[in-house]
Amino acid sequence: MPGRTSRLLLAVLAFGYAFLYVPILTMIVYSFNESRLVTVWSGFSVKWWGELLRNEAMLDAALLSFQIALVNACVATVLGTMAGFALARHPRFPGRIAFTGLIAAPLVMPEVIMGIASLLLFVALDQVLGWPRRGFATIAIAHITFSAAYVAVVIQSRLADFDRAVEEAAMDLGARPFTVLRTITLPLIAPSLVAGWLLAFTLSMDDLILTQFVAGAQSQTLPMLVYSSVRLGVSPQINVLATIIVTVAGAAIVGAGWLMNRARRQRDRDAYAATRRA
Amino acid sequence: MSATARTVARGAPWGRAATILVPYLWLLLFFAAPFAIVAAISLGDYTPDTVPPVTLTWSGKAYALLVGDALYAAAYLNSLRIAAIATIVTLLIGYPMAYTIARAPAGWRGPLLMAVILPFWTSFLIRIYAWMGILSENGLLNQVLRGSGLVDDPGTLLGTEWAIYLGIAYAYLPFMVLPLYASLEKMDAALLEAAADLGARPWTAFRTVTLPLSLPGIVGGCLLVFIPAVGEFVIPDLLGGTGTLMIGKVLWDEFFSNGDWPMASAVAMAMLVVLVAPIVLFQRARARDLAGR
Repeated sequence: MPGRTSRLLLAVLAFGYAFLYVPILTMIVYSFNESRLVTVWSGFSVKWWGELLRNEAMLDAALLSFQIALVNACVATVLGTMAGFALARHPRFPGRIAFTGLIAAPLVMPEVIMGIASLLLFVALDQVLGWPRRGFATIAIAHITFSAAYVAVVIQSRLADFDRAVEEAAMDLGARPFTVLRTITLPLIAPSLVAGWLLAFTLSMDDLILTQFVAGAQSQTLPMLVYSSVRLGVSPQINVLATIIVTVAGAAIVGAGWLMNRARRQRDRDAYAATRRA
Repeated sequence: MSATARTVARGAPWGRAATILVPYLWLLLFFAAPFAIVAAISLGDYTPDTVPPVTLTWSGKAYALLVGDALYAAAYLNSLRIAAIATIVTLLIGYPMAYTIARAPAGWRGPLLMAVILPFWTSFLIRIYAWMGILSENGLLNQVLRGSGLVDDPGTLLGTEWAIYLGIAYAYLPFMVLPLYASLEKMDAALLEAAADLGARPWTAFRTVTLPLSLPGIVGGCLLVFIPAVGEFVIPDLLGGTGTLMIGKVLWDEFFSNGDWPMASAVAMAMLVVLVAPIVLFQRARARDLAGR
Protein backbone atom coordinates (compact mmCIF):
# COMPACT_ATOMS: atom_id res chain seq x y z
CA MET A 1 0.00 0.00 0.00
CA PRO A 2 1.37 3.47 -0.86
CA GLY A 3 2.02 5.60 2.24
CA ARG A 4 -0.66 8.24 1.72
CA THR A 5 -3.43 5.73 1.04
CA SER A 6 -2.50 3.63 4.05
CA ARG A 7 -2.47 6.69 6.32
CA LEU A 8 -5.92 7.64 5.03
CA LEU A 9 -7.19 4.10 5.67
CA LEU A 10 -5.77 4.08 9.18
CA ALA A 11 -7.52 7.38 9.86
CA VAL A 12 -10.80 5.90 8.61
CA LEU A 13 -10.32 2.86 10.82
CA ALA A 14 -9.58 5.05 13.86
CA PHE A 15 -12.68 7.12 13.11
CA GLY A 16 -14.75 3.91 12.86
CA TYR A 17 -13.59 2.64 16.24
CA ALA A 18 -14.14 6.06 17.81
CA PHE A 19 -17.66 6.03 16.37
CA LEU A 20 -18.24 2.62 17.99
CA TYR A 21 -16.66 3.25 21.38
CA VAL A 22 -16.97 6.94 22.28
CA PRO A 23 -20.74 6.68 23.02
CA ILE A 24 -20.13 3.71 25.32
CA LEU A 25 -17.25 5.48 27.08
CA THR A 26 -19.30 8.64 27.67
CA MET A 27 -22.03 6.52 29.26
CA ILE A 28 -19.53 4.93 31.63
CA VAL A 29 -17.96 8.28 32.55
CA TYR A 30 -21.32 9.91 33.27
CA SER A 31 -22.42 7.01 35.49
CA PHE A 32 -19.99 8.53 38.03
CA ASN A 33 -21.40 12.03 37.60
CA GLU A 34 -22.82 13.81 40.61
CA SER A 35 -25.47 15.77 38.76
CA ARG A 36 -28.85 14.36 37.80
CA LEU A 37 -28.26 15.92 34.38
CA VAL A 38 -26.49 13.29 32.35
CA THR A 39 -24.89 15.84 30.07
CA VAL A 40 -23.29 18.21 32.58
CA TRP A 41 -20.30 17.10 34.61
CA SER A 42 -20.48 18.35 38.20
CA GLY A 43 -18.09 16.09 40.07
CA PHE A 44 -17.29 12.46 40.85
CA SER A 45 -19.89 10.46 42.75
CA VAL A 46 -21.06 6.90 43.13
CA LYS A 47 -24.49 7.83 44.47
CA TRP A 48 -26.31 6.61 41.31
CA TRP A 49 -24.66 3.24 41.80
CA GLY A 50 -26.24 3.06 45.26
CA GLU A 51 -29.61 4.16 43.90
CA LEU A 52 -29.58 1.48 41.22
CA LEU A 53 -28.61 -1.27 43.63
CA ARG A 54 -31.52 -0.27 45.88
CA ASN A 55 -33.96 -0.13 42.95
CA GLU A 56 -36.13 -3.20 43.63
CA ALA A 57 -38.09 -3.03 40.36
CA MET A 58 -34.83 -2.95 38.40
CA LEU A 59 -33.40 -5.92 40.32
CA ASP A 60 -36.59 -7.97 39.85
CA ALA A 61 -36.62 -7.22 36.13
CA ALA A 62 -32.94 -8.13 35.85
CA LEU A 63 -33.56 -11.45 37.63
CA LEU A 64 -36.49 -12.30 35.31
CA SER A 65 -34.43 -11.43 32.22
CA PHE A 66 -31.55 -13.53 33.50
CA GLN A 67 -33.77 -16.59 34.11
CA ILE A 68 -35.39 -16.31 30.68
CA ALA A 69 -32.01 -15.82 29.01
CA LEU A 70 -30.65 -18.93 30.75
CA VAL A 71 -33.56 -21.16 29.66
CA ASN A 72 -33.48 -19.63 26.18
CA ALA A 73 -29.74 -20.11 25.71
CA CYS A 74 -29.87 -23.80 26.66
CA VAL A 75 -32.91 -24.75 24.56
CA ALA A 76 -31.89 -22.56 21.59
CA THR A 77 -28.39 -24.08 21.57
CA VAL A 78 -29.83 -27.61 21.37
CA LEU A 79 -32.41 -26.69 18.70
CA GLY A 80 -30.00 -24.50 16.75
CA THR A 81 -27.26 -27.14 16.81
CA MET A 82 -29.70 -29.74 15.45
CA ALA A 83 -30.74 -27.31 12.71
CA GLY A 84 -27.08 -26.53 11.96
CA PHE A 85 -26.36 -30.25 11.56
CA ALA A 86 -29.47 -30.71 9.40
CA LEU A 87 -28.31 -27.93 7.07
CA ALA A 88 -24.61 -28.82 6.95
CA ARG A 89 -24.82 -32.62 6.92
CA HIS A 90 -28.00 -33.45 5.03
CA PRO A 91 -27.84 -31.94 1.56
CA ARG A 92 -31.12 -33.55 0.50
CA PHE A 93 -34.32 -34.05 2.42
CA PRO A 94 -37.94 -33.21 1.64
CA GLY A 95 -38.68 -29.55 2.36
CA ARG A 96 -35.03 -28.54 2.71
CA ILE A 97 -35.48 -25.29 0.80
CA ALA A 98 -38.35 -24.24 3.05
CA PHE A 99 -36.19 -25.19 6.04
CA THR A 100 -33.30 -22.95 4.94
CA GLY A 101 -35.87 -20.16 4.56
CA LEU A 102 -37.15 -20.77 8.09
CA ILE A 103 -33.59 -20.39 9.37
CA ALA A 104 -32.70 -17.30 7.30
CA ALA A 105 -35.93 -15.32 7.78
CA PRO A 106 -35.73 -14.77 11.57
CA LEU A 107 -32.25 -13.23 11.10
CA VAL A 108 -33.60 -10.25 9.17
CA MET A 109 -37.35 -10.19 9.85
CA PRO A 110 -38.33 -6.89 11.51
CA GLU A 111 -39.10 -7.63 15.13
CA VAL A 112 -42.44 -5.84 15.15
CA ILE A 113 -43.70 -8.43 12.62
CA MET A 114 -42.37 -11.38 14.62
CA GLY A 115 -43.78 -9.78 17.76
CA ILE A 116 -47.36 -9.45 16.58
CA ALA A 117 -47.24 -12.86 14.86
CA SER A 118 -46.01 -14.65 18.00
CA LEU A 119 -48.53 -12.88 20.21
CA LEU A 120 -51.47 -13.81 17.98
CA LEU A 121 -50.31 -17.45 17.98
CA PHE A 122 -50.08 -17.52 21.78
CA VAL A 123 -53.54 -15.93 22.15
CA ALA A 124 -55.00 -18.49 19.72
CA LEU A 125 -53.28 -21.40 21.50
CA ASP A 126 -54.44 -20.09 24.87
CA GLN A 127 -58.03 -19.91 23.65
CA VAL A 128 -57.96 -23.42 22.20
CA LEU A 129 -55.70 -25.29 24.65
CA GLY A 130 -55.66 -23.04 27.71
CA TRP A 131 -51.87 -22.81 27.32
CA PRO A 132 -49.54 -20.90 27.32
CA ARG A 133 -50.52 -18.05 29.63
CA ARG A 134 -48.68 -14.86 28.73
CA GLY A 135 -45.52 -14.45 30.80
CA PHE A 136 -42.35 -16.45 31.31
CA ALA A 137 -43.32 -19.29 28.95
CA THR A 138 -44.41 -17.11 26.03
CA ILE A 139 -41.33 -14.86 26.31
CA ALA A 140 -39.02 -17.88 26.46
CA ILE A 141 -40.65 -19.61 23.47
CA ALA A 142 -40.52 -16.44 21.36
CA HIS A 143 -36.86 -15.86 22.25
CA ILE A 144 -35.91 -19.50 21.57
CA THR A 145 -37.49 -19.34 18.11
CA PHE A 146 -35.36 -16.51 16.80
CA SER A 147 -32.16 -17.16 18.73
CA ALA A 148 -32.13 -20.82 17.57
CA ALA A 149 -31.82 -19.46 14.02
CA TYR A 150 -28.70 -17.51 15.02
CA VAL A 151 -27.20 -20.59 16.71
CA ALA A 152 -27.98 -22.65 13.58
CA VAL A 153 -25.98 -20.21 11.44
CA VAL A 154 -22.99 -20.36 13.81
CA ILE A 155 -23.01 -24.18 13.90
CA GLN A 156 -23.66 -24.56 10.17
CA SER A 157 -20.70 -22.41 9.22
CA ARG A 158 -18.46 -24.26 11.70
CA LEU A 159 -19.50 -27.64 10.25
CA ALA A 160 -18.92 -26.37 6.71
CA ASP A 161 -15.20 -26.06 7.57
CA PHE A 162 -15.13 -29.33 9.53
CA ASP A 163 -12.55 -31.98 8.64
CA ARG A 164 -14.52 -35.21 8.33
CA ALA A 165 -11.40 -37.42 8.32
CA VAL A 166 -11.33 -37.72 12.13
CA GLU A 167 -14.96 -38.90 12.18
CA GLU A 168 -14.24 -41.42 9.43
CA ALA A 169 -11.21 -42.69 11.36
CA ALA A 170 -13.32 -43.25 14.46
CA MET A 171 -15.95 -45.07 12.40
CA ASP A 172 -13.27 -47.24 10.81
CA LEU A 173 -12.13 -48.16 14.31
CA GLY A 174 -15.67 -49.37 15.02
CA ALA A 175 -17.22 -46.44 16.90
CA ARG A 176 -20.99 -46.13 16.56
CA PRO A 177 -22.42 -42.89 15.11
CA PHE A 178 -23.63 -41.63 18.48
CA THR A 179 -20.24 -42.33 20.09
CA VAL A 180 -18.53 -40.44 17.27
CA LEU A 181 -20.85 -37.51 17.82
CA ARG A 182 -20.30 -37.51 21.58
CA THR A 183 -16.54 -38.09 21.68
CA ILE A 184 -15.29 -36.53 18.43
CA THR A 185 -17.67 -34.11 16.72
CA LEU A 186 -19.18 -32.22 19.66
CA PRO A 187 -15.86 -31.70 21.50
CA LEU A 188 -14.30 -30.38 18.27
CA ILE A 189 -17.09 -27.86 17.67
CA ALA A 190 -17.30 -26.96 21.38
CA PRO A 191 -16.03 -23.38 20.87
CA SER A 192 -18.87 -22.77 18.39
CA LEU A 193 -21.36 -24.30 20.84
CA VAL A 194 -20.12 -21.89 23.51
CA ALA A 195 -20.29 -18.98 21.06
CA GLY A 196 -23.84 -19.97 20.04
CA TRP A 197 -24.93 -20.27 23.68
CA LEU A 198 -23.49 -16.85 24.54
CA LEU A 199 -25.08 -15.32 21.45
CA ALA A 200 -28.50 -16.76 22.34
CA PHE A 201 -28.12 -15.59 25.94
CA THR A 202 -27.24 -12.05 24.84
CA LEU A 203 -30.05 -11.84 22.26
CA SER A 204 -32.58 -12.84 24.91
CA MET A 205 -31.18 -10.59 27.63
CA ASP A 206 -31.34 -7.68 25.20
CA ASP A 207 -34.65 -8.18 23.41
CA LEU A 208 -37.29 -5.49 23.78
CA ILE A 209 -39.78 -5.49 20.91
CA LEU A 210 -40.66 -9.17 20.67
CA THR A 211 -40.83 -9.34 24.47
CA GLN A 212 -43.10 -6.31 24.75
CA PHE A 213 -45.62 -8.01 22.43
CA VAL A 214 -45.71 -11.42 24.12
CA ALA A 215 -45.02 -10.56 27.78
CA GLY A 216 -48.54 -9.77 28.94
CA ALA A 217 -49.35 -7.43 31.80
CA GLN A 218 -47.67 -9.32 34.66
CA SER A 219 -44.08 -9.71 33.50
CA GLN A 220 -41.51 -6.99 33.03
CA THR A 221 -38.05 -7.80 31.72
CA LEU A 222 -35.02 -5.56 32.10
CA PRO A 223 -35.18 -4.07 28.56
CA MET A 224 -38.90 -3.33 29.04
CA LEU A 225 -38.15 -1.42 32.24
CA VAL A 226 -35.17 0.37 30.69
CA TYR A 227 -37.28 1.37 27.70
CA SER A 228 -40.10 2.80 29.79
CA SER A 229 -37.63 4.81 31.87
CA VAL A 230 -35.57 5.96 28.87
CA ARG A 231 -38.68 7.26 27.10
CA LEU A 232 -39.02 9.78 29.92
CA GLY A 233 -35.52 11.05 29.20
CA VAL A 234 -31.95 10.22 30.13
CA SER A 235 -31.35 9.08 33.70
CA PRO A 236 -28.07 8.47 35.56
CA GLN A 237 -29.28 5.08 36.85
CA ILE A 238 -29.46 3.83 33.26
CA ASN A 239 -25.83 4.91 32.83
CA VAL A 240 -24.88 2.78 35.82
CA LEU A 241 -26.81 -0.16 34.39
CA ALA A 242 -25.08 0.37 31.03
CA THR A 243 -21.68 0.34 32.73
CA ILE A 244 -22.51 -2.93 34.49
CA ILE A 245 -23.77 -4.56 31.28
CA VAL A 246 -20.73 -3.42 29.26
CA THR A 247 -18.35 -4.68 31.96
CA VAL A 248 -20.05 -8.06 32.37
CA ALA A 249 -20.45 -8.64 28.62
CA GLY A 250 -16.88 -7.54 27.92
CA ALA A 251 -15.49 -9.79 30.65
CA ALA A 252 -17.59 -12.76 29.44
CA ILE A 253 -16.43 -12.37 25.84
CA VAL A 254 -12.77 -11.85 26.68
CA GLY A 255 -12.93 -14.71 29.21
CA ALA A 256 -14.59 -17.10 26.75
CA GLY A 257 -12.04 -16.16 24.09
CA TRP A 258 -9.18 -16.78 26.50
CA LEU A 259 -10.56 -20.19 27.59
CA MET A 260 -11.08 -21.30 23.98
CA ASN A 261 -7.59 -20.17 23.05
CA ARG A 262 -6.12 -22.12 25.96
CA ALA A 263 -8.12 -25.24 25.06
CA ARG A 264 -6.90 -25.01 21.46
CA ARG A 265 -3.28 -24.62 22.52
CA GLN A 266 -3.66 -27.60 24.87
CA ARG A 267 -5.08 -29.68 22.01
CA ASP A 268 -2.24 -28.63 19.72
CA ARG A 269 0.29 -29.64 22.41
CA ASP A 270 -1.45 -33.01 22.87
CA ALA A 271 -1.48 -33.61 19.13
CA TYR A 272 2.22 -32.69 18.93
CA ALA A 273 3.06 -35.02 21.84
CA ALA A 274 1.07 -37.81 20.21
CA THR A 275 2.93 -37.49 16.92
CA ARG A 276 6.27 -37.43 18.76
CA ARG A 277 5.40 -40.64 20.57
CA ALA A 278 4.38 -42.28 17.29
CA MET B 1 -17.24 -40.90 -0.77
CA SER B 2 -16.19 -44.07 1.03
CA ALA B 3 -18.72 -46.33 2.71
CA THR B 4 -17.72 -45.10 6.17
CA ALA B 5 -17.99 -41.47 5.10
CA ARG B 6 -21.51 -42.17 3.91
CA THR B 7 -22.39 -43.74 7.23
CA VAL B 8 -20.92 -40.74 9.07
CA ALA B 9 -22.86 -38.36 6.86
CA ARG B 10 -26.08 -40.17 7.51
CA GLY B 11 -25.57 -40.83 11.19
CA ALA B 12 -28.00 -43.13 12.96
CA PRO B 13 -31.34 -43.13 11.08
CA TRP B 14 -33.44 -42.00 14.06
CA GLY B 15 -30.80 -39.45 14.93
CA ARG B 16 -30.96 -38.01 11.45
CA ALA B 17 -34.76 -37.81 11.50
CA ALA B 18 -34.78 -36.10 14.89
CA THR B 19 -32.04 -33.65 13.91
CA ILE B 20 -34.16 -32.43 11.02
CA LEU B 21 -37.66 -32.82 12.43
CA VAL B 22 -37.34 -31.24 15.87
CA PRO B 23 -36.09 -27.80 14.75
CA TYR B 24 -38.24 -27.98 11.60
CA LEU B 25 -41.47 -28.55 13.54
CA TRP B 26 -40.52 -25.93 16.14
CA LEU B 27 -39.95 -23.28 13.46
CA LEU B 28 -43.09 -24.28 11.56
CA LEU B 29 -45.21 -23.99 14.69
CA PHE B 30 -43.68 -20.90 16.29
CA PHE B 31 -42.36 -18.96 13.29
CA ALA B 32 -44.35 -19.89 10.15
CA ALA B 33 -47.81 -20.76 11.50
CA PRO B 34 -48.24 -17.39 13.26
CA PHE B 35 -48.22 -15.65 9.87
CA ALA B 36 -51.38 -17.54 8.88
CA ILE B 37 -53.01 -16.23 12.05
CA VAL B 38 -51.81 -12.68 11.31
CA ALA B 39 -53.36 -13.01 7.86
CA ALA B 40 -56.67 -14.21 9.33
CA ILE B 41 -56.79 -11.48 11.98
CA SER B 42 -55.91 -8.79 9.43
CA LEU B 43 -59.13 -9.62 7.56
CA GLY B 44 -61.27 -9.45 10.70
CA ASP B 45 -63.16 -6.60 12.32
CA TYR B 46 -61.88 -4.48 15.17
CA THR B 47 -64.34 -4.88 18.06
CA PRO B 48 -63.01 -2.96 21.09
CA ASP B 49 -65.52 -4.54 23.49
CA THR B 50 -64.45 -8.16 23.03
CA VAL B 51 -61.38 -9.95 24.40
CA PRO B 52 -59.30 -10.19 22.25
CA PRO B 53 -60.55 -7.12 20.36
CA VAL B 54 -61.19 -8.97 17.10
CA THR B 55 -64.15 -10.61 15.41
CA LEU B 56 -63.17 -12.98 12.64
CA THR B 57 -64.84 -12.05 9.36
CA TRP B 58 -63.69 -11.69 5.79
CA SER B 59 -64.51 -7.99 5.65
CA GLY B 60 -60.96 -6.71 5.01
CA LYS B 61 -61.88 -3.33 6.47
CA ALA B 62 -58.33 -2.84 7.71
CA TYR B 63 -56.99 -3.17 4.16
CA ALA B 64 -59.54 -0.67 2.87
CA LEU B 65 -58.24 1.79 5.45
CA LEU B 66 -54.62 0.88 4.65
CA VAL B 67 -55.18 1.82 1.01
CA GLY B 68 -57.59 4.67 1.67
CA ASP B 69 -55.62 6.60 4.27
CA ALA B 70 -52.59 8.29 2.69
CA LEU B 71 -50.81 8.19 6.06
CA TYR B 72 -49.98 4.49 5.67
CA ALA B 73 -48.52 4.79 2.18
CA ALA B 74 -46.48 7.76 3.35
CA ALA B 75 -45.17 5.74 6.32
CA TYR B 76 -44.14 2.82 4.07
CA LEU B 77 -42.35 5.06 1.57
CA ASN B 78 -40.70 7.03 4.35
CA SER B 79 -39.45 3.82 6.00
CA LEU B 80 -38.01 2.53 2.72
CA ARG B 81 -36.30 5.88 2.08
CA ILE B 82 -34.87 6.20 5.60
CA ALA B 83 -33.71 2.57 5.59
CA ALA B 84 -32.07 3.02 2.17
CA ILE B 85 -30.20 6.20 3.16
CA ALA B 86 -29.14 4.66 6.49
CA THR B 87 -27.89 1.55 4.65
CA ILE B 88 -25.75 3.72 2.35
CA VAL B 89 -24.35 5.63 5.35
CA THR B 90 -23.52 2.30 7.03
CA LEU B 91 -21.84 1.04 3.85
CA LEU B 92 -19.75 4.21 3.55
CA ILE B 93 -18.49 3.79 7.11
CA GLY B 94 -18.25 -0.01 7.02
CA TYR B 95 -16.51 -0.54 3.66
CA PRO B 96 -13.27 1.33 4.42
CA MET B 97 -13.16 -0.35 7.85
CA ALA B 98 -13.62 -3.85 6.42
CA TYR B 99 -11.10 -3.06 3.66
CA THR B 100 -8.45 -1.84 6.09
CA ILE B 101 -8.98 -4.80 8.45
CA ALA B 102 -8.72 -7.26 5.53
CA ARG B 103 -5.40 -5.63 4.48
CA ALA B 104 -3.99 -5.57 8.03
CA PRO B 105 -1.21 -8.01 9.09
CA ALA B 106 -2.75 -11.47 9.62
CA GLY B 107 -2.24 -11.42 13.39
CA TRP B 108 -4.14 -8.13 13.73
CA ARG B 109 -7.25 -9.07 11.78
CA GLY B 110 -8.86 -11.21 14.50
CA PRO B 111 -8.59 -8.60 17.29
CA LEU B 112 -9.59 -5.72 14.95
CA LEU B 113 -12.68 -7.61 13.81
CA MET B 114 -13.47 -8.58 17.40
CA ALA B 115 -13.38 -4.89 18.33
CA VAL B 116 -16.06 -4.19 15.69
CA ILE B 117 -18.31 -6.97 17.01
CA LEU B 118 -17.80 -6.34 20.72
CA PRO B 119 -20.34 -3.48 21.09
CA PHE B 120 -22.98 -5.80 19.56
CA TRP B 121 -22.69 -7.95 22.70
CA THR B 122 -23.79 -5.09 24.91
CA SER B 123 -27.40 -3.97 25.00
CA PHE B 124 -28.85 -2.52 21.78
CA LEU B 125 -31.29 -0.36 23.72
CA ILE B 126 -28.52 1.07 25.86
CA ARG B 127 -26.33 1.85 22.85
CA ILE B 128 -29.18 3.85 21.34
CA TYR B 129 -29.73 5.51 24.71
CA ALA B 130 -26.10 6.65 24.65
CA TRP B 131 -26.84 8.68 21.52
CA MET B 132 -29.79 10.38 23.20
CA GLY B 133 -27.31 11.95 25.60
CA ILE B 134 -24.71 12.77 22.95
CA LEU B 135 -27.11 14.36 20.47
CA SER B 136 -29.24 16.31 22.93
CA GLU B 137 -29.25 20.13 23.15
CA ASN B 138 -26.44 20.25 25.75
CA GLY B 139 -24.95 16.89 24.81
CA LEU B 140 -21.35 16.00 24.08
CA LEU B 141 -21.60 16.76 20.35
CA ASN B 142 -22.89 20.28 20.87
CA GLN B 143 -20.38 20.90 23.69
CA VAL B 144 -17.58 19.96 21.31
CA LEU B 145 -19.03 22.07 18.50
CA ARG B 146 -19.45 25.11 20.76
CA GLY B 147 -16.07 24.58 22.42
CA SER B 148 -14.32 24.48 19.05
CA GLY B 149 -15.72 27.93 18.36
CA LEU B 150 -16.73 26.92 14.85
CA VAL B 151 -20.45 26.97 15.54
CA ASP B 152 -22.25 29.20 18.04
CA ASP B 153 -25.69 27.72 17.85
CA PRO B 154 -25.41 24.21 16.46
CA GLY B 155 -29.09 23.34 16.91
CA THR B 156 -30.13 19.86 17.95
CA LEU B 157 -29.70 16.67 15.95
CA LEU B 158 -31.90 14.70 18.33
CA GLY B 159 -35.37 14.41 16.88
CA THR B 160 -34.28 14.74 13.26
CA GLU B 161 -33.94 12.15 10.51
CA TRP B 162 -30.16 12.51 10.70
CA ALA B 163 -30.28 11.11 14.23
CA ILE B 164 -32.11 8.06 12.84
CA TYR B 165 -29.50 7.48 10.10
CA LEU B 166 -26.78 7.78 12.71
CA GLY B 167 -28.55 5.41 15.09
CA ILE B 168 -29.10 2.76 12.42
CA ALA B 169 -25.51 3.04 11.16
CA TYR B 170 -24.26 2.73 14.72
CA ALA B 171 -26.44 -0.21 15.74
CA TYR B 172 -26.04 -2.23 12.51
CA LEU B 173 -22.37 -1.53 11.65
CA PRO B 174 -21.14 -5.04 12.64
CA PHE B 175 -23.73 -6.62 10.30
CA MET B 176 -22.25 -4.58 7.44
CA VAL B 177 -18.58 -5.08 8.28
CA LEU B 178 -18.69 -8.89 8.75
CA PRO B 179 -19.93 -9.91 5.26
CA LEU B 180 -17.76 -7.20 3.64
CA TYR B 181 -14.70 -8.45 5.50
CA ALA B 182 -15.48 -12.07 4.55
CA SER B 183 -15.56 -11.24 0.82
CA LEU B 184 -12.57 -8.84 0.92
CA GLU B 185 -10.40 -11.23 2.92
CA LYS B 186 -10.92 -14.05 0.41
CA MET B 187 -9.61 -11.85 -2.38
CA ASP B 188 -6.23 -12.74 -3.86
CA ALA B 189 -3.75 -9.88 -3.43
CA ALA B 190 -2.01 -11.08 -6.61
CA LEU B 191 -4.94 -9.73 -8.63
CA LEU B 192 -4.20 -6.20 -7.45
CA GLU B 193 -0.49 -6.64 -8.15
CA ALA B 194 -1.33 -7.85 -11.64
CA ALA B 195 -3.53 -4.80 -12.18
CA ALA B 196 -0.72 -2.54 -10.95
CA ASP B 197 1.83 -4.31 -13.19
CA LEU B 198 -0.44 -3.69 -16.13
CA GLY B 199 -0.37 0.01 -15.30
CA ALA B 200 -3.60 0.48 -13.40
CA ARG B 201 -3.55 3.28 -10.83
CA PRO B 202 -4.66 2.32 -7.30
CA TRP B 203 -8.11 3.90 -7.75
CA THR B 204 -8.66 2.21 -11.12
CA ALA B 205 -7.53 -1.11 -9.69
CA PHE B 206 -9.93 -0.68 -6.78
CA ARG B 207 -12.82 0.25 -9.05
CA THR B 208 -12.28 -2.51 -11.60
CA VAL B 209 -10.95 -5.35 -9.41
CA THR B 210 -11.66 -4.97 -5.68
CA LEU B 211 -15.11 -3.45 -5.86
CA PRO B 212 -16.65 -6.02 -8.25
CA LEU B 213 -15.08 -8.92 -6.32
CA SER B 214 -16.50 -7.63 -3.03
CA LEU B 215 -19.99 -7.28 -4.50
CA PRO B 216 -21.38 -10.38 -2.70
CA GLY B 217 -20.26 -8.85 0.60
CA ILE B 218 -21.85 -5.52 -0.30
CA VAL B 219 -25.16 -7.18 -1.19
CA GLY B 220 -25.13 -9.37 1.94
CA GLY B 221 -24.22 -6.52 4.27
CA CYS B 222 -26.73 -4.09 2.77
CA LEU B 223 -29.58 -6.60 3.06
CA LEU B 224 -28.66 -7.39 6.68
CA VAL B 225 -28.98 -3.68 7.45
CA PHE B 226 -31.79 -2.63 5.13
CA ILE B 227 -34.44 -5.29 5.89
CA PRO B 228 -34.59 -4.90 9.68
CA ALA B 229 -34.12 -1.12 9.36
CA VAL B 230 -37.36 -0.83 7.38
CA GLY B 231 -39.33 -2.16 10.34
CA GLU B 232 -37.15 -0.50 12.99
CA PHE B 233 -39.03 0.81 16.00
CA VAL B 234 -36.66 1.68 18.86
CA ILE B 235 -34.35 3.97 16.85
CA PRO B 236 -37.04 6.24 15.33
CA ASP B 237 -38.90 6.20 18.65
CA LEU B 238 -35.96 7.28 20.80
CA LEU B 239 -33.81 9.31 18.37
CA GLY B 240 -36.36 10.55 15.83
CA GLY B 241 -38.87 13.27 16.58
CA THR B 242 -42.50 12.69 17.46
CA GLY B 243 -43.35 13.50 13.86
CA THR B 244 -41.16 10.75 12.42
CA LEU B 245 -43.32 8.52 10.30
CA MET B 246 -41.95 4.98 10.08
CA ILE B 247 -44.01 1.87 9.55
CA GLY B 248 -42.62 -0.06 12.53
CA LYS B 249 -43.75 2.80 14.77
CA VAL B 250 -47.18 2.88 13.08
CA LEU B 251 -47.64 -0.86 13.73
CA TRP B 252 -46.54 -0.44 17.35
CA ASP B 253 -48.99 2.44 17.94
CA GLU B 254 -51.89 0.65 16.23
CA PHE B 255 -51.29 -2.27 18.55
CA PHE B 256 -50.30 -0.75 21.89
CA SER B 257 -52.00 2.67 21.78
CA ASN B 258 -55.14 1.95 19.74
CA GLY B 259 -55.47 -1.76 20.54
CA ASP B 260 -56.55 -2.26 16.93
CA TRP B 261 -55.28 -5.78 16.28
CA PRO B 262 -56.71 -6.16 12.73
CA MET B 263 -55.10 -2.87 11.63
CA ALA B 264 -51.74 -3.78 13.19
CA SER B 265 -51.97 -7.20 11.46
CA ALA B 266 -52.77 -5.61 8.10
CA VAL B 267 -49.79 -3.25 8.49
CA ALA B 268 -47.60 -6.28 9.26
CA MET B 269 -48.90 -8.21 6.23
CA ALA B 270 -48.25 -5.25 3.92
CA MET B 271 -44.74 -4.84 5.35
CA LEU B 272 -44.13 -8.53 4.75
CA VAL B 273 -45.20 -8.18 1.10
CA VAL B 274 -42.76 -5.29 0.65
CA LEU B 275 -39.93 -7.25 2.30
CA VAL B 276 -40.47 -10.66 0.70
CA ALA B 277 -38.25 -9.89 -2.31
CA PRO B 278 -35.24 -8.66 -0.26
CA ILE B 279 -35.65 -11.55 2.22
CA VAL B 280 -35.60 -14.13 -0.61
CA LEU B 281 -32.57 -12.35 -2.09
CA PHE B 282 -30.87 -12.55 1.32
CA GLN B 283 -31.57 -16.27 1.65
CA ARG B 284 -30.26 -16.96 -1.87
CA ALA B 285 -27.08 -14.97 -1.19
CA ARG B 286 -26.51 -16.92 2.03
CA ALA B 287 -27.07 -20.28 0.33
CA ARG B 288 -24.61 -19.34 -2.46
CA ASP B 289 -22.04 -18.18 0.05
CA LEU B 290 -22.20 -21.47 1.98
CA ALA B 291 -22.12 -23.55 -1.21
CA GLY B 292 -19.06 -21.61 -2.40
CA ARG B 293 -16.91 -22.74 0.52
